[in-house]
Amino acid sequence: MSTDSLIVTTPTGVDVELAIAGPGSRAYAFIIDWHIRLLIAVTWLAGAGYFLTRSPDLAKHSPVAAGLLTGLPAAAIYFLYHPVLEMVMRGRTPGKRMAGVRIVNRQGGTPSTLAILIRNAFRLVDCLPALYALGLTTTVFSAQRTRFGDLAAGTLLVRDGDTEAKALTQLGSLALNPALDAGTAALGNDLLLRWKELQPDARRLLARELLARIAATLGSAQAPLHEDAPDDGILQQQLRNALSGRSR
Amino acid sequence: MKPNTVAPSWLAQRSAIWSRLGDSLLTWRRGRLSRQDALKALDGYRGLARDVASARQALPGNPITLALETLYASLHAIVNREPRHTLASLRHLYAVEIPATVQELKPLIVGVWLLFALSTAAGWWLVHTWPTLVDLVASPDMIQHVQRGELWTDGILNVTPSSLLSVRIFTNNIVVTIFACVAGVFYGLGTFYVIANNGLMLGGVFAFTRQYGLDGDLLKFIFAHGTVELSMICLGGAAGVALGEALIRPKLASRRDSLQQCTARIARLFAALIPLLVVCGLIEGFVSPVTSIGWPVRLIIGLANLALMLAVLSGRFFRSGGAV
Repeated sequence: MSTDSLIVTTPTGVDVELAIAGPGSRAYAFIIDWHIRLLIAVTWLAGAGYFLTRSPDLAKHSPVAAGLLTGLPAAAIYFLYHPVLEMVMRGRTPGKRMAGVRIVNRQGGTPSTLAILIRNAFRLVDCLPALYALGLTTTVFSAQRTRFGDLAAGTLLVRDGDTEAKALTQLGSLALNPALDAGTAALGNDLLLRWKELQPDARRLLARELLARIAATLGSAQAPLHEDAPDDGILQQQLRNALSGRSR
Repeated sequence: MKPNTVAPSWLAQRSAIWSRLGDSLLTWRRGRLSRQDALKALDGYRGLARDVASARQALPGNPITLALETLYASLHAIVNREPRHTLASLRHLYAVEIPATVQELKPLIVGVWLLFALSTAAGWWLVHTWPTLVDLVASPDMIQHVQRGELWTDGILNVTPSSLLSVRIFTNNIVVTIFACVAGVFYGLGTFYVIANNGLMLGGVFAFTRQYGLDGDLLKFIFAHGTVELSMICLGGAAGVALGEALIRPKLASRRDSLQQCTARIARLFAALIPLLVVCGLIEGFVSPVTSIGWPVRLIIGLANLALMLAVLSGRFFRSGGAV
């Protein structure tokens, strides 16, 4: 069994591979979530406290209501943060989103409500003896980096990040010229997608080389125009036009 | 499809479909799919599977292939997601599944009750024989109260209002019951520890209060809520032993699968345990500490609570219409 990925067999015969998140990402997500829920709970307590100081009658005549108003929601925020958000956000929490991970079941899908509740109930064991020591230890040594809660609920923490958003953006903005071969088209689109991540010199060089290759493929009549050292933006646009088959 | 034989227009033809599928995916993820959407998702899923297979061969490791794989994985999760639970399935849970699980756990429930009874007797004997051992089962505050000739629960309502007391009590009891269950993941030993520890404490405290003639008062305090509360903790314990058994003697190919299957089965019990523990907490907050309430009322409340528990766990409470 691989500790790095989950291979999901699908009915179509095309398997899906999901990268499993390690203890580092898990701990990072938990720390972010812990800070968020603590901050919200403390904000509520402070807000309720301020409200009660402004309404001394309520605190004096209905101490029970005042106590419930202050303590119950804060406790609910602190204790129900994980299960509720994981259900609503389909296996994610703000911390998990920022750490680029999400919970999936062993079929690669969104875990059921029951699985999320089981996973969270087992936090009582995973946090023993203190500071999630047992949970973290098991994620280091267990196959597929699972803690007791994951083992019992049949869930895994996989890498998610913004890959899906990026993929959707990329598929939505593909520039495709039917006259080009798929390899060149894919290479060009990859370059456009990573344009801002590359050093200006490197991307200009790559773009020029690719434009030359496209020109050779399409023939001089259809070759897109490009100067020796055009502006960065113009070069990017030239490449986009060449890939989509539009003239400049 | 080899890289050099990729149809030049293939990407161009399919990219519009992928883009539309990506847009639909965001909508489908948000809520329930209509029949038409579900069919569209299935159709897109099959088509995308073919595209992923082609792209993997033609453009291995290419970002477009990776993007398609990501889209395919997301669509797979939507197509295979579990149906939402309806009111009917909730009724089925209480009327059929929970009673069936309780029946299945019957031998373990008896075993855990025996362990609890034995450890209670042991706690009683230990503190009765060596009174100084009470330090192990009771807090200094409790001991001082009893030595003054009163229970630590006397006058508790002067300090904490019933509502807050109830909330605190049922929260604590729910955590203890869940812990008694999940601690079973240590091959059942954790559950044995929790149950035996609770039994020792109860027995020890009874023996200690008996030395000061307060055991009758303690029983009076406990009776209305305690019978059901302790039953719930023992039921949680039985569920924990079942977890341990699933690891020691797995019924499926692997221990992990066996644990997972067992957890999914016993977790349903908590849909009954938690509401019953809330009721116990309310009784413990509003009835048990009120000294003016006499034995007859406590007896009635305690027995009614016990009847409610039996009705819930046997499913009778939810089969009244006979429709299940």
